[in-house]
Amino acid sequence: MTKAGKKTTITFSDYNSKGARRAEAIVRIFTATCCVAVMVLVAFLLGYLFIRGVGSISWSFIFDSPQDRMTGGGIWPAIVGTLWLIGLVSAFAMPVGIATGIYLAEIAKQSRPVRMLRVAIANMAGVPSVVYGLFGFAAFSLAFGLGKSLLAMGLTLACVTLPVVITATEEALRQIPTEQRQAAMALGCTRARTLGKIVLPTALPGIITGAILGLSRAAGETAPILFTGVAFFAPVATDIMQPSMALPYHLYIMATQPTTPAPHIVWGTALVLTGMLSITNAVIATWRSHKRRKLQW
Amino acid sequence: MNKPANQKKNKTVRFQTGIQESRRAVSNSLIEKIARFRNTRALDSVATVVITMLGWTAIFVLIGIAGFLIHSSIRAFDEVGIWSMIAGTDWFPTSSDARFGFLPAQVGSVWVTIVALAACVPIGVFSAVYLSEFASSKFRETAKAVIEFMVTIPSVVFGLIGLAVLVPLIRTYLPVDSGLIGLTAGLVVGIVCLPTVISISEDALRSVPNELRHGSFALGNTRWQTAYKVVLPAASSGVFAAIMLGMGRAIGETMVVLMLAGNAGIIPTSPFEAARTMTGTIAQETGEVVRGSVHFSVLFALGLVLFVATFIINLTADMILERSRKKWRR
Repeated sequence: MTKAGKKTTITFSDYNSKGARRAEAIVRIFTATCCVAVMVLVAFLLGYLFIRGVGSISWSFIFDSPQDRMTGGGIWPAIVGTLWLIGLVSAFAMPVGIATGIYLAEIAKQSRPVRMLRVAIANMAGVPSVVYGLFGFAAFSLAFGLGKSLLAMGLTLACVTLPVVITATEEALRQIPTEQRQAAMALGCTRARTLGKIVLPTALPGIITGAILGLSRAAGETAPILFTGVAFFAPVATDIMQPSMALPYHLYIMATQPTTPAPHIVWGTALVLTGMLSITNAVIATWRSHKRRKLQW
Repeated sequence: MNKPANQKKNKTVRFQTGIQESRRAVSNSLIEKIARFRNTRALDSVATVVITMLGWTAIFVLIGIAGFLIHSSIRAFDEVGIWSMIAGTDWFPTSSDARFGFLPAQVGSVWVTIVALAACVPIGVFSAVYLSEFASSKFRETAKAVIEFMVTIPSVVFGLIGLAVLVPLIRTYLPVDSGLIGLTAGLVVGIVCLPTVISISEDALRSVPNELRHGSFALGNTRWQTAYKVVLPAASSGVFAAIMLGMGRAIGETMVVLMLAGNAGIIPTSPFEAARTMTGTIAQETGEVVRGSVHFSVLFALGLVLFVATFIINLTADMILERSRKKWRR
């Protein structure tokens, strides 16, 4: 603190001079423009997607299989594939991710190995998704013999999601005041009981929000599933040992295949995928802020 | 009349003994044991051990990634050699005289990253300054929610919108043959990186204690003078870390560059040429290549290069962030 204080030289400036006030106004407007521009960009992206895609959304587009060599029909197998993936990822990533979060927030002490674990988790979040794809291919598809299958894709995406879930859980647990834990312990609860009865229920909204954010990111990823079992065309998935279609890959392949010009499928798929993820996230964010308002200390 | 009453009494007695019996039964049952067990030290240690074990599995994923990448690229190291890959200028993986030089992909990645950072760092840092130094708390909450919302949009959707909107614009207004060039990919990657840069640099700016701002105001500085003379220097390491993390994301971004960069084989000399990146090369070729071939192994070696590069970037950013966090902790 003192070190920084020494470093920064605060010069006495010409208080209320015209120049300073003008610079202030200009900078305020300029930085505000940058910030608003980013917000407008988000609105533009969503609006553009909606306008281009809304025309192709229909009952049969969502609930039919692709037809006429992928130039017609619907995207139901891809939707089901993505839902399967979401289920598999939550089955694998939730227990491990939440447990790791609990470990880091409640059990781990400040030590060198724990710091290493933290660094490793922070770095996992930065590993490029295509590297996860290579890893999943080498590990799950080839070494574990799962081949190109939903299970291999789910495991790969679970690895991608893990750091998000861990960080969210740890942060949610850290927001709970120590007094609550101390009160529970003073009433004779052991650490596990305090955790199960007091800490986890209070932190649950935060944990669930983080977990769903992680899941929705996994559902939108394309690179990790490229080599681990996503299919250009497959029937509606019923077996986790079979390859399957998935929304992001369907979108990618339809958008970049010059031989199958079907723009309505491309934009419809983009809207379904983005709409699914953004509605989930908007709902969960509102729910969390509602919960947070109720729980104030 | 007596009989039914007797019967009723009998029933009650039986009923009561039933309750007692079942109580006794329950008290010895597993449920009761578990109920009593729920607040013991034994459970406490069992839970601790289980959670600790699960907690450490995360690190095995990272070790697994490194291990499998190294294991799969051993053949490439043996048969092609590290230096002829990293410093090789030609990428002809399928010709009879196959060349596996990474330079085209590495240079392409660098161009895309430079463009992305040039696009997102000024906008991102200025937005963060506004949110942290000027904006009202209500505006800040809304803006942050909107910006964080961007993370929800999958990168393949960014690629698609880039194809539909930016590529025609670039082709119309710039003297290039095709809109699929490093510049296009870089601009869209810059947008993808914006939320990372904004939210982390905003955190860094806001972690500067208010006393410093108040001191500066007391000396007669305006808000902007305070921001660039006091807050930005104090938060510079955090902002730098935010830029580093944005850079890591830019290098690792796959779908956008795969769809927009053009994937040419030559070394691009400027962002106005079609480029291939490390991520794009891996994504495009790994699915098609023969398993166990040299080409296959080389792609894993390329993945290893990418992994090491992003690992170093993220590790540096992480260390800087940790240090700047400690600076203001009291």
